[in-house]
Amino acid sequence: MLAYTFKRLIQGVITVWFIATATFFAMHAVPGDPLANERATTEAIRKNLEARYGLDRPVTEQYVLFLGNMMRGDFGISFTQENRRVNDIIRESFPVSATLGILAVAFAAFGGVVWGALTAIYRNRLPDLVITFLVILGISVPGFVVAALGQLALVDINAWLGFSLLPIAGWGSIRHMIVPSMVLGLGTMAYLTRLMRSSMLEITNSDFIRTARAKGLPPTRIFLKHQLRNAILPVITVLGPSIAAITTGGFVVELVFAIPGLGRSFVQSVQQLDYTVIMGTTVFYGAFLVFMVIVVDLLYGLIDPRVRLE
Amino acid sequence: MSRAAVRQLVWLGLAGTGIFIALMVALSWAATITGGGTTAGRAFDLDTKSITIFLDDEPPQLDSRRTSDTISGMVLGHIMEGLLRYDARNQVVPGVAERWEIRPTGATFWLRNTARWSDGKPVTAHDFVFAWRTVVDPATASDYAFILYYVKNGEAINSSKMPPDQLGVRAISDSVLEVDFERPAAFFDKLVTFPTYFPIRQDFQASRGVRYAADAQDLLFNGPFVMTRWAHGANIRLEKNQEYWNRDAIRLNAIDIPYITSDTPTLVNLFKDGSLVWARLGPEQFEEAMKLRWNVARYGDGSIWYVDFNFRPERPTRNLNLRRALQLVTDPNEIVNRVIAIPGYKPLNSLFPAWLPGLNGLFRQEYPPPAITLSIDEARKHLEMAKKELGVDQIPPLVLLSDDTILANKEAEYFQSLYKRTLNLDIRIDKQIFKQRIAKHNAGDFDMVLAGWGPDYADPLTFGDLYASFNGNNRSLYNNPAYDAQVRIAQNSTDQSARMDAFAEMQRIMIEDAVHLPTHERGRVFVQAPQLKGVVHRAIGTEPDFTDAYLVEAP
Repeated sequence: MLAYTFKRLIQGVITVWFIATATFFAMHAVPGDPLANERATTEAIRKNLEARYGLDRPVTEQYVLFLGNMMRGDFGISFTQENRRVNDIIRESFPVSATLGILAVAFAAFGGVVWGALTAIYRNRLPDLVITFLVILGISVPGFVVAALGQLALVDINAWLGFSLLPIAGWGSIRHMIVPSMVLGLGTMAYLTRLMRSSMLEITNSDFIRTARAKGLPPTRIFLKHQLRNAILPVITVLGPSIAAITTGGFVVELVFAIPGLGRSFVQSVQQLDYTVIMGTTVFYGAFLVFMVIVVDLLYGLIDPRVRLE
Repeated sequence: MSRAAVRQLVWLGLAGTGIFIALMVALSWAATITGGGTTAGRAFDLDTKSITIFLDDEPPQLDSRRTSDTISGMVLGHIMEGLLRYDARNQVVPGVAERWEIRPTGATFWLRNTARWSDGKPVTAHDFVFAWRTVVDPATASDYAFILYYVKNGEAINSSKMPPDQLGVRAISDSVLEVDFERPAAFFDKLVTFPTYFPIRQDFQASRGVRYAADAQDLLFNGPFVMTRWAHGANIRLEKNQEYWNRDAIRLNAIDIPYITSDTPTLVNLFKDGSLVWARLGPEQFEEAMKLRWNVARYGDGSIWYVDFNFRPERPTRNLNLRRALQLVTDPNEIVNRVIAIPGYKPLNSLFPAWLPGLNGLFRQEYPPPAITLSIDEARKHLEMAKKELGVDQIPPLVLLSDDTILANKEAEYFQSLYKRTLNLDIRIDKQIFKQRIAKHNAGDFDMVLAGWGPDYADPLTFGDLYASFNGNNRSLYNNPAYDAQVRIAQNSTDQSARMDAFAEMQRIMIEDAVHLPTHERGRVFVQAPQLKGVVHRAIGTEPDFTDAYLVEAP
C-alpha cells in the first residue's frame, strides 16, 4: 500500500511537471505581447518591465528560472495586479472555489445515488420516467443557462415572499452558498444518476443478490450492504475527477453569482496574457486534479475488498 | 423489497441533506476564520447613511503612481485627492490646493493647511514632490509617466537620461508647491486632477516597500473616504474619512462594494432584489427596464471609437482616394442605430467627442465638424482613381484587425459586407485578443483596425495629439506637418481661443485627409434607486463619483 502510494505520487509529480512544461511553452507560443497596453511607454520603462518579469532573457532560461521558482512554491508577481503575488491570489480565492466545489460534489453525489437507486427500483415505471427525463434535461442544459435561470427564479421568489429568502449573488454566509452549489452540481448529479441507475440494475440481476435473497437476508440488509455498496463503485470512480472538474470549472457560476473564486483569475489571465497567473493557476489546478485521482484510487482499495493496491 | 429499499433511500437522502448542511456550516465557519467574504447588506440604509454598489472588476492597481485603468481610478478618486478635483459640473475646483496660478513657464499651488492624511499628519508639498519624482523614475515603470512630461525634464528622466531629482517640481515650503513646465501647459489644472499626480507620503511608502497599496492597511488616504476592508476580488468597504478637510460636506458614511462583477443580468437582478443601489444595463436589461418603467439614465464614458488606417509605405490604405472612397460610404448613424444598437451609444463624425469643453461651452457646438455627404457614386470614382494611382486592377483584400469582443465582431462583419456591397472590396477580418490586437497595431500588421481611445483630461488635446507624428500612440504612423503644427500650437499656446482654432483645424484635416473613420462615442445606461442623489457620472475623472452623494426619503 505504502509503496503503491509512493509510486503514484512520483507519477503524479511527473504529470504535473509535464503539464507545467506544456503550458509554459504553449503560453509563450500564443501571439500577443503581455506588456502591451493602450498607452505607449518609453523604451526605458519597457526594459524595466521586461527585467521585472524576466522577459528579457531567452525563453529556455525563463523556463529554467520558472521551474526553480515553482519547486520553491513561488509563482511570482501577477502582470495585471502588479503588487500581488500569484501565491496570494491562489491562497485567497481557492478556498472559495473549493467550498463551492465540495458542496456541489456533495450535492451531486448524494442526489445522484438517491435518484439513481430510485430509478432503478422503479424501473420503467412513472418515477423512473420522470426522473430520467429530468436527468436528460440536467445533462443537456449548459451551466450558464441553469445559473441564469436559477438566479431569475430566486429574484421572483424573493419578490413574491416580500423578503430576501436567499441572496441573489455574492459570497460570505451559508445562505450565499446554497443556490450556486446546487447549480454547479446539477450537471454532475444528473450524470451520476444515470451511472447509478445502470450500475444498480446490473447488480440487482446478479447471482450474489439472488443468493442473498435465497438465504433469507432481510431486504434492508441486501439493499444497503450488497446492492448499494457494489453499485456505488463506479460513482466513486468518477467522483474524484468530478471534484476537480467542478472545483476548477465553476467559472460561469462564479461569474453569474459574483463569487470571488479562482475561476475568474484562471480565465482572465489567459485573456490578458498574465503569464505568471496562467502558470500559477494551471499548475495548481493540474496538481489538484492529479492529487484527486490518486486519492480516489486509494479510496477504491478501502471500499472494494477485491481491489488490491500494489 | 422495493418498499424497504425506498425507506432506506429516504433515510439516505435525509442523511445526505444533513451532511450537506453540516458541510455548509463547517465551511462557512472555516471561511470566517480565514476571512474570505462578508454578508452583503441592503441597497441603501437611511439610518447609517450607507450604500451598496458594485465594481466591474477587482481594482488591479491602487498605487496611484502606476495605475492605468478606470476601475482603480474610481476607487482612488474616492480615497485620495490631488491638488485639484472636478466638481459635479466637471469644473476644476480646489482640492488639497486652495488656490493656484498657472503661468506660461510654470505653476504654483498653495496647499490648504487643513489637508490631512488619514493618520492625522498634514499633507505637504513634499508628498507631491516625492510622488511625482517616483512616477517619472523609470524604475517605477509607470504606464502613465507620460502624463507628467509637461513637468520640466519629465520625459528625459523617464528615458533614463537624467536622475529623478532633476524633475521640475519643488516644495518652496510645506504648503507651497512650485512646478516648472517643459512646455506651456494651459490645461495643467486639469492634469493635476489625474491619479498619477496624487500625493504619496514618503515615510509611509517606505514603511510598506513593495507591499505599498497591496492591501487596505498598506494604503494611506487623503481623500473623502478611507478603505477599511479589501478582500481581493470579493469585497471592498469605504468609510468616511474623519480627517478629510472637507468632511462636513461628505454626507455618506459608508460605501459597501460586496459584488465584483460586470455581468449585467446579475447586476439588474441584484438591483431588483434591493441589494444594489444602482446597476448598469445591457441591451436586454434595457428593454426590461423600459417595460418596468424604471427611471433609466444615460452617460457617455468619454471614449471615442473609430477605424484607423495604416499609413506605412507598402500599405494601400496610404492612398487618399482609397480612404476617401471608404469614408464616403461609412455612415456612423447607421453603425450606431443598426449595428451596435445599444442604448447610450452616440454616432461620432469627428476626432472630438461631443462632450469636450470648448472656449465657453462645448467645443463641437462652437466648432461643428465639416459635413461629409455620403455617396456611393462618388466613392466609386475615388476608388477608380485609387486603383490607377496604386497601379492595380483590383485592390488586394484589406486586413481589418479587430478585438475579439461581441461588439467588435458585429462591427467588423458589418464593414466587411458594407465595403463588399458598395465598393466590391474584399475585407479580411483579423480577430485577436486585446493584447495581441495592440501588439499587431504597434507592429503595423494591418490595413485597417477597429480602435478606441479614452480621454485623460477634459481638453481636446487628449484626442488631438493622437495623430501627431511624434506621438508614440500614433500607431497608424500618420505623418502630416500641417497637422503637427496645429498640435504644437495647442500644446504651447496659452491663448485659449488660438488653441480652439487649432483643434478646429485638426478636426478639418482629419476629415479632409480621411485619416480615420470615426464611428461612435461609447455610452452607458443605468438605473439608480430614487433615494440616492448627487451621484456624478462623467466622461472624465472618477466615474461614478459618490463623493457628493446623499440619501433622501422615497420621493
